[in-house]
Amino acid sequence: MAVTDMTKLTLGPIAYHWSGEERRDFYARIADEAPVDEVYLGEVICSKRAPFHEADLPDTIERLERAGKTVIVSSLAEVMLARERKATADLAEMDSPEIELNNAAGLFARGKRPHRVGPFLNAYNEATIAWMAGQGATHVTLPAELPRAAIAVAAGAARDLGLGVELQVFGRAPLAVSARCYHARAHGRTKDNCQFVCEQDPDGMPLATRDDHPILRVNGIQTQSESYVDLLPEAGEISAMGVTHLRLMPQAVDMVEVAWAFRDVLDGACTVADADARLRALCGATGLSNGFYFGTAGYRRIEAAAPA
Amino acid sequence: MSLAELICPAGTPAALRTAVDAGADAVYCGFQDATNARNFPGLNFTPEELEEAVAYAHARGAKVLLALNTYPPAGKVDLWRQAADSGARFGVDAFIVADMGVADYIARNHPGVRLHLSVQAAASSPEAIRYYAQHFGVKRVVLPRILTIPEIRKIRQEIPCEIETFIFGNHGLMVEGRCSLTNYLTGQSTNMDGVCSPASEVEYIRDEATGTMSSCLGGFTIDRFGPEEKAGYPTICKGRYTAPHRPEGYYAFEEPVSLNLSRLLPDLIGAGVHAFKIEGRQRSKAYVRSVVSAFRRAVDDIRAGRAANIEDLVALTEGQKQTQGAFETKKWR
Repeated sequence: MAVTDMTKLTLGPIAYHWSGEERRDFYARIADEAPVDEVYLGEVICSKRAPFHEADLPDTIERLERAGKTVIVSSLAEVMLARERKATADLAEMDSPEIELNNAAGLFARGKRPHRVGPFLNAYNEATIAWMAGQGATHVTLPAELPRAAIAVAAGAARDLGLGVELQVFGRAPLAVSARCYHARAHGRTKDNCQFVCEQDPDGMPLATRDDHPILRVNGIQTQSESYVDLLPEAGEISAMGVTHLRLMPQAVDMVEVAWAFRDVLDGACTVADADARLRALCGATGLSNGFYFGTAGYRRIEAAAPA
Repeated sequence: MSLAELICPAGTPAALRTAVDAGADAVYCGFQDATNARNFPGLNFTPEELEEAVAYAHARGAKVLLALNTYPPAGKVDLWRQAADSGARFGVDAFIVADMGVADYIARNHPGVRLHLSVQAAASSPEAIRYYAQHFGVKRVVLPRILTIPEIRKIRQEIPCEIETFIFGNHGLMVEGRCSLTNYLTGQSTNMDGVCSPASEVEYIRDEATGTMSSCLGGFTIDRFGPEEKAGYPTICKGRYTAPHRPEGYYAFEEPVSLNLSRLLPDLIGAGVHAFKIEGRQRSKAYVRSVVSAFRRAVDDIRAGRAANIEDLVALTEGQKQTQGAFETKKWR
């Protein structure tokens, strides 16, 4: 009988412009079937998309909470326009559910009331994490590019401060954001007249080099990795370092099965090799990478040494 | 009218002296390590050089701003703290910071030294700027290059600190301090190591059969040039890529252009911008001399109510495409 590990699995906010129907179906299935403990909702990338989903938010929260999931609402990564400032200020006033802040504008509005620090707020080190804890942060998600040695130190510091600490272990890495919408640009439009062309690409718009190597994905103002980050073989080690929450980013694959692969590995219910094989099958032709974790180029896949 | 200080790049001690002699109100520079965002081989200052540089600048009425604007990875924070301690000991006039932990350390340990918020902090709203002003006593914010002039004017009215904007030089497309493109392809991080598309990872590969030149970074073809084209440096956000409906290859993010806000100088001053930053710590002394002198004349003319000879400034980027980026119109986005 497998021992159930205490490490929590979370589902990050949907980065793409999935339709309302797709989202409702997705979260219904997550609620019913996925072994994730916590789910982040809310539009993080583009403020123009938010009105499409806001109306569904209360129902989605209720659906997930009734299934025993903790729900957290995430704020925009980029805050510049009036509507983005207002959305951030409004979110910062929420008492329930919990909120995750991705921009310093949110920190300003929230003051010392409890909040989570999202991956766009650059909590790279123990000094910054200590500062954030002193300002009301209860939980921090580390930057996706942080290497293993730094994760260990950061996680230890966060644990000593009583904070939850989270790391993305699955899905395309968030590599950059811009004020410019590259989806609109690709179609000869601008951000203001984009006509939501990003909805055509539920897993991001692929960019390849001119000698045909897939390299990046465009998601509106965001640029992501072509490969999915996959730290499944490293999940046990990451958990042992003190990372309390492992984040799965929603991609256009069977996320319920992705979550089970991670849960089974954490619980010792199957071997890493078996779970990894399942994950590879689920991800099809998409490359899997763990380079950031090993302090090398992010796109690389470093094979773990065989266990002794 | 704002003071319109001219903030100039100093990649080396020689460049610093050149910039000061050419009329810089302040120069910005960094140490020879990961504590600043231009951690390039052959650039930057030893502690001894910085101490001498501060003396040189101060004797001529110029300020020295020390860039500590990267994000220390956990376990390496001491390097940034030591850099701050050295800078304070040498009498720098301000620290340019991005990381909250670094800002907090300086605010507590060197409260007499001004803090400027680096563009790497990506503070693009009055609320974000006020967060740093309130908690760390930040006296000036370097605005991300994503705002229009009317937007800058509005921000100015809502914040308790000065504004610095870039006016000339390289024009990065991504929000600074939020970009790990270089790390994805090369294993060197812009935020943690202070490098962007590093020269050590660059290769130019000619195809003898077709005469095309590929400009590569970390083994990836960032752009490919025909025999008649001049091969450009492989900066990831200035490369040409293909997308499913763009099989011909296109500048997915931006063309290789440089920022030149010469024509907008009067408007920026009118919007309340306190300081103008010229990018280019990696540039030659000759470049620094010509650019700083030209902007010195232009700013002095505008402040004296004379018409500035903008054409001189426009000519500085001769042979290179120029842009006014986001500053001119929302359509840039």
